[in-house]
Amino acid sequence: MASSGIELLLVSLPQLATGAWQTLAISALGILFATLGGVLYGVLATLGNRWLNILLQVYLELFRAIPVLVWLYLVFFGLPIFFGLSIPSFWCAVLVLGLWGASEVGEVVRGALQSLPRGQREAGLSIGLGGWQLYGYVLLPQALKRMTPPTINIYTRIIKTSSLAVLIGVVEVIKAGQQIIERTYESVLIYGALLLFFFLVCYPLSAASRVLERRWAHA
Amino acid sequence: MSFDTAFMLSTLPAFFKAVGVTLQVGAIAIATSLLVALLNATILVLRTPYLWRLVKGYVELARNTPLLIQLFFVYFALPSLGVKVSGFAAAIITMTFMGGAYLTEVLRAGVEAVPRAQLESGRSIGLSEGQLLRHVILPQAGILSLPALFANFIFLLKETTVVSAVAVPEILYTTKNYIALYYKTYEMLAVLTLLCVLIFLPLSLLLRYLERRLQHGQFGN
Repeated sequence: MASSGIELLLVSLPQLATGAWQTLAISALGILFATLGGVLYGVLATLGNRWLNILLQVYLELFRAIPVLVWLYLVFFGLPIFFGLSIPSFWCAVLVLGLWGASEVGEVVRGALQSLPRGQREAGLSIGLGGWQLYGYVLLPQALKRMTPPTINIYTRIIKTSSLAVLIGVVEVIKAGQQIIERTYESVLIYGALLLFFFLVCYPLSAASRVLERRWAHA
Repeated sequence: MSFDTAFMLSTLPAFFKAVGVTLQVGAIAIATSLLVALLNATILVLRTPYLWRLVKGYVELARNTPLLIQLFFVYFALPSLGVKVSGFAAAIITMTFMGGAYLTEVLRAGVEAVPRAQLESGRSIGLSEGQLLRHVILPQAGILSLPALFANFIFLLKETTVVSAVAVPEILYTTKNYIALYYKTYEMLAVLTLLCVLIFLPLSLLLRYLERRLQHGQFGN
């Protein structure tokens, strides 16, 4: 049993690897869009524009109130019938993870920017910096230490949540595993391997987040 | 694209039941997770030999793997080891496994957040360790963990949508079922969205209120 199990894993490795590649691609693209969108959200939320803030608040609450899996179905089933758009389920997953992640990262960026002393913004403005310069050279670099640990935690959540893509038909690592189980009935081994795969990806990130948080606690 | 209101109304009783299942799974999972977490947090805070490392390992494993695969492991893999569980039981077991780990971290962080000066001043006025725990640490740790606890309760309640994958008839499963049976995609997505907003939005707003209120309720800083 033990040797045949290891043999099976070795034989199925290429198929699992193809699926794992899809999982990592969805996660990486989701993380990319979440980061870009999150920084944009954080900057827009600290401009002090009332209407903009209401808009961002609605966006945030929609992603907090409606679970990610429900969003996946809304986009997967909804885009074709509401907008006549038919996009592959892979990109549905990337879109939802990106938008949801942006709301989470955005709140972290907003919090980090608002925690900076007021004087930093005022000093920047008083020496004549424009908006881009103020955020690019003064505010964001200082907020970086405060927002990095929680943002890494959100990255691990995005990676874990990417597993839900299998439920809208993306052939990622879980689907690859299920195909192997259909052939071999080795469900314990394969699901064990899937758990191990996600653990090996997420644990180093969680640990890094913790270390950075401790190191920068007084920054 | 027409909107079939009559059909939508006809599904309401089923959705009413589904909301019940969502709340039931959520409530049971929250209660059992809290029990697991209380036990684990006690072990962590007291640093019980050996058990302490075991709890740490469990927390890391549960927090760094997806709920969906944990669920599939319990539902599809355990039967081949001779443990057969229903979808509902698998849902509760898995959500307790994950929720217990998250809540353990919350409770541990709450105890650690009590300022050291509180402990020292308690000791200096001659409180025993038991009195210290009961009158100084736990009341403050409780208040300090409350917003994070509540946030995790909401998180767990939202995660119940994932157990639709093992045919637990909660709101998402019911929606998918109706879409597959009658192709009323438009109407069913509208009902699902509405239900989510009705159930989760008030909770989310309540959480925000709680966080603001409790910021003013801390001692010693």
